[in-house]
Amino acid sequence: MISPAVILLFAWMIVPLSLTVYFSFLRYNLLKPGDKPFVGWENYYWFLTDPSFTAAMINTLVLVGGVLVITVIGGILFALLLDRPMFGQGIIRIMVIAPFFVMPTVAALVWKNMFMNPVNGIFGRIATGLGFPPVDFFGQMPLAAITIIVAWQWLPFATLILLTALQSLDQDQLEASEMDGANWLNRFRYIMLPHLARAITVVILIQTIFLLSVFAEILVTTNGGPGTASTTLTYLVYVSSLLQYDVGMGSAGGVIAVILANIVAIFLMRMIGKNLDA
Amino acid sequence: MARAVSNRTKVINTAIAGTLGFVMFFPILWIIILSFKTEEDAIRAPLEVLFSAGWTTENFVTVQERSDYFKHFSNSVIIALGSTLLGLVIAIPAAWSMAFVPSKHTKDVLMWMLSTKMMPPVGVLVPIYLIFRDTGMLDSRIGLTIILMLINLPIIIWMLYTYFREIPGEILEAARMDGASLKKEILYVLAPMAVPGIASTILLNIILAWNEAFWTLNLTAAKAAPLTAFIASYSSPEGLFFAKLSAASIMAIAPILIMGWFSQKQLVRGLTFGAVK
Repeated sequence: MISPAVILLFAWMIVPLSLTVYFSFLRYNLLKPGDKPFVGWENYYWFLTDPSFTAAMINTLVLVGGVLVITVIGGILFALLLDRPMFGQGIIRIMVIAPFFVMPTVAALVWKNMFMNPVNGIFGRIATGLGFPPVDFFGQMPLAAITIIVAWQWLPFATLILLTALQSLDQDQLEASEMDGANWLNRFRYIMLPHLARAITVVILIQTIFLLSVFAEILVTTNGGPGTASTTLTYLVYVSSLLQYDVGMGSAGGVIAVILANIVAIFLMRMIGKNLDA
Repeated sequence: MARAVSNRTKVINTAIAGTLGFVMFFPILWIIILSFKTEEDAIRAPLEVLFSAGWTTENFVTVQERSDYFKHFSNSVIIALGSTLLGLVIAIPAAWSMAFVPSKHTKDVLMWMLSTKMMPPVGVLVPIYLIFRDTGMLDSRIGLTIILMLINLPIIIWMLYTYFREIPGEILEAARMDGASLKKEILYVLAPMAVPGIASTILLNIILAWNEAFWTLNLTAAKAAPLTAFIASYSSPEGLFFAKLSAASIMAIAPILIMGWFSQKQLVRGLTFGAVK
């Protein structure tokens, strides 16, 4: 009974991926009809030595790293806060989690126009009101702006997972340590943080998988620019294959993206695999 | 375990958490407000916007007239529902047999299915695009439905598997001993226990499919474009009208925002593949 699922997923994995690998060894441009000669590693050579590849790799690392730092630290803080006794906890939690359900194109456009627009955006208004020159987010610091937008979307996810993990913490243990005279910082450092370690790892790994593929947020805000200032690896592959119609080059980039994602995936799979035995 | 907490502490906690919640929710709240304002009012300073007198529902009408919201909305519904149902048809038997008749390969199969989810979409963008172009599936709802079904299938199977595994196998034996036929066994014993899990899976999957914004943007143009692409068309400078952009945004996210509120627990389970419960 599992065979339809297995066959489908196998086909979905293997057919397009082997085509990508195959194309990556051809000189194949949709604008230049005719033969598609085998060119060996040429596409890889050009892709890897292109300055925009280095830029894209750095941008990808900065974006993924930036979002991870914000969401993990913010997520721990939010989870600790939401776990405390308060009034209207349900409503507050819903407000914190809501951004996760906003589709990427909406999130990006709303932040771009209503908040980060230097003239009419709220940030611009506040800056002008305080007598500072408004910041042109997407002109001066496009990658930081995109990082903020993506972090806003993923902070709820980190919060929700860490909160779920925190709520499974044994309260007796905390009380016992409190009676033994441990202060809040010690309780956090020696009881809560170790308990959260696993959830934090899961958050980091799963987010990394999704963040490596961030696309829509870049497409509707900066188109990767100015120059290559906000081009990530995913976006670079999109540009070479669907905008420059260079199938060979785009495929080589795709293969590189797959290899990088797999390095992350191996760690994630180990984590989840361990849990299956438990 | 519950310790007595003074009301003062609770008030302070509420104030801090409430402020943070408000900050996180503010962008959504803001577009709700802007969507009921006229264009002239919408670009005023924030406080002036709040206290400007005019409230209007005209933006929603304009968005529908100008860019045919309902066509994109129905595309989104068809693609999200279609991919979810199609996925279920394939996933239920698979998850069922792995949960109730596990073999020594079950774990490997599950892990392998999960690994397909790790493949970045750009890795297969080029061939999928070319295959779609050559088979006439570019900009078709059926093509997108199939792709979204495939990318979410591992999540569906995993979620169902973790739910099904919680159904105790002994209860089936008990039903059989009491003389229940297979049909009765499925109808009265299994189904009631499986339905909540299946419902949660459907919910999470619709959310994921609705918000998917890589394939929907790359494989559609005018005809099959769902709401993600509909909103992206507002990124051009001439679309820069705050009130209309807000109205269009609200119309695109409202259904999923409401569904999302009911699916917080499923979200954790589905997106962490059972690693955090």
